[in-house]
Amino acid sequence: MAKRFQPGIVSANDLLSGAVIYLAADGKWVSTMSGAEFITDEERAAERLSLAESQPEIAVGPYLAPADNSDNGPVPNHFRESFRAAGPSAPARKSWGIA
Amino acid sequence: MLDAQSNPTRTYLDRRVEEFRAQVQRRIDGSLTEDEFRPLRLMNGLYLQLHAYMLRVAIPYGTLNADQLDVLAEISERWDRGYGHFTTRQNIQYNWPKLPDVPDMLARLADVNLHAIQTSGNTIRNVTADPLAGAHADELMDPRPVAELIRIWSTDHPEYQFLGRKFKIAVTGSPNDRAVTKAHDLAVRIVERDGEVGYQIIVGGGLGRTPVVGKVIRDFLPQADLLPYLEAVLSVYNLAGRRDNKYKARIKITVNEMGLEEFSALVDEAFARIRPEFKGADQDLLAELQVAFEPPALPARDTDAYEAARAADPVFRSWSDINLRPHFQDDHAIAMISLKPHGGVPGDASADQMRLVAALARKFGNNEIRVTQEQNLVLPHVAKADLPALHAELKAAGLATANVGLASDIIACPGMDYCALATARSIPIAQQIAERLEEYEVEVGEMAIKISGCINACGHHHLGDIGILGLDRAGVENYQITLGGDAGADLKIGDKTGPGFGYDEVTDAIERLILAYLDLRAEGERFRDTIARTGAEPFKAALYEVEGNRDAA
Repeated sequence: MAKRFQPGIVSANDLLSGAVIYLAADGKWVSTMSGAEFITDEERAAERLSLAESQPEIAVGPYLAPADNSDNGPVPNHFRESFRAAGPSAPARKSWGIA
Repeated sequence: MLDAQSNPTRTYLDRRVEEFRAQVQRRIDGSLTEDEFRPLRLMNGLYLQLHAYMLRVAIPYGTLNADQLDVLAEISERWDRGYGHFTTRQNIQYNWPKLPDVPDMLARLADVNLHAIQTSGNTIRNVTADPLAGAHADELMDPRPVAELIRIWSTDHPEYQFLGRKFKIAVTGSPNDRAVTKAHDLAVRIVERDGEVGYQIIVGGGLGRTPVVGKVIRDFLPQADLLPYLEAVLSVYNLAGRRDNKYKARIKITVNEMGLEEFSALVDEAFARIRPEFKGADQDLLAELQVAFEPPALPARDTDAYEAARAADPVFRSWSDINLRPHFQDDHAIAMISLKPHGGVPGDASADQMRLVAALARKFGNNEIRVTQEQNLVLPHVAKADLPALHAELKAAGLATANVGLASDIIACPGMDYCALATARSIPIAQQIAERLEEYEVEVGEMAIKISGCINACGHHHLGDIGILGLDRAGVENYQITLGGDAGADLKIGDKTGPGFGYDEVTDAIERLILAYLDLRAEGERFRDTIARTGAEPFKAALYEVEGNRDAA
């Protein structure tokens, strides 16, 4: 059985830096999820994913990530995407006593 | 004298770096797709994680000299974020390299005979060993010549570049196993029988989703038979191992499905065929390596200053009680350097800290540093007379936490703070537990808490007195607890307790277990002794005493 479509965003990692990137409505890649295009129908999702996949010189491993929408743009609805969006929860520098 | 780590040669490393540089260039200019590039980058230890690339560098059998550690520090500053993460596999991982910089990082590593080859992929991975090799008082023989022999043999070995799955080998020369040998695909234990030194060979151990304790396939293998015997094991695995299912592809499954007896018979058959091909060059090399790893000549030193410092300074006394291990020479000690400050990230070290440890190794430690499977560092040869000065310098750099082997000396995988495979976070759980237990962990005594952020078990959770496995349960982090594991010579897989705990509940749950242990233990009992005597029930009762406050998953 096909997986039920869930609204969300297209995300990937940047080829050069590895950083998390999101596909915006104008086809550009942005670094914050709030700037991503919120995709609500399956056809549009396939189209945007296909656009992302056609840019291997920018985006590595593009995929459709479920998300919720808010007044400030898309927000994660799963903790994995929250951590991808926010970075490590435990700053490493705490290890050596730097605030 | 042979430089013990001069293989693979500089020429080979340079060629590999330039090859990878060209591959990176072709990926960036669009000539290679990601599908084409991924296996090439993985052959050079470069992963793509949640937020960035990650470069995994092998530290052969956990042994570094000061120059090598200096270069590891330099790399973290020039091309990463000023720190490195030491892993349970005696590797160091850089969490933030940029793709175009990686060839330069590899070139700098090659300057000190380090590399990232075979730190990923279905090959023989970094050969690990007892991190206290060549120093501990209980050792029969230094395992590193054997580990180096295996490393030379397995590096770029054409037959082992496309195994069914990754293959991990560990070597120990001590009856007290500090190399977790029975959790490896293959392990070599150096043993003595009737005055002759030989090898006990263990196969089919591993953790992950199907934890299996390795089995003894040869109780005593003569020294000269080692490499042909390993080739025989690998050749049987390479043919019989399953390639249809990634989760059944490790040798532990092959051995379990076939049965040790049949597997062993096939190995013997292959061995009879392969053995004549070995004419002794391997043994000549081993003899050279044994010379290269001869124990250092350490001048005798007075220990009065050490005893005086212990008497005068309770902080030093506590550190020396907890973080020192017995050296083969009475007036020396093995100094364990904890990378587990309470509230810190287990296994992380800043560039400054790495450089300091390198400098201290030059000054006090015969120029040697070790990396442990518990994600700590070690200066293996320190004169007791120098320990007070060593301690003072470590303390100033935040490296004198006296907790090695205690409850806050937690193994934790990177978890969902970094790792693309993780199903939950590990690091913040370790931080919370360490901070919670700080005040009374000395009273608790020896305690192994190990945390993995997914079923792949990089954090060895199966082997903890208390193991914690982070899972994703319906979109929420959930932590399953196991009890009674043991990473020692008689490796034991811990037992699952029951329903897991939420992110905000797990530290309380662990504390209830620790408090129950303090109540239940008899004089002199470690956690594992108490649980062996009482069974898990009283601990489970403590774990679940707070009703209605847990996930019923």
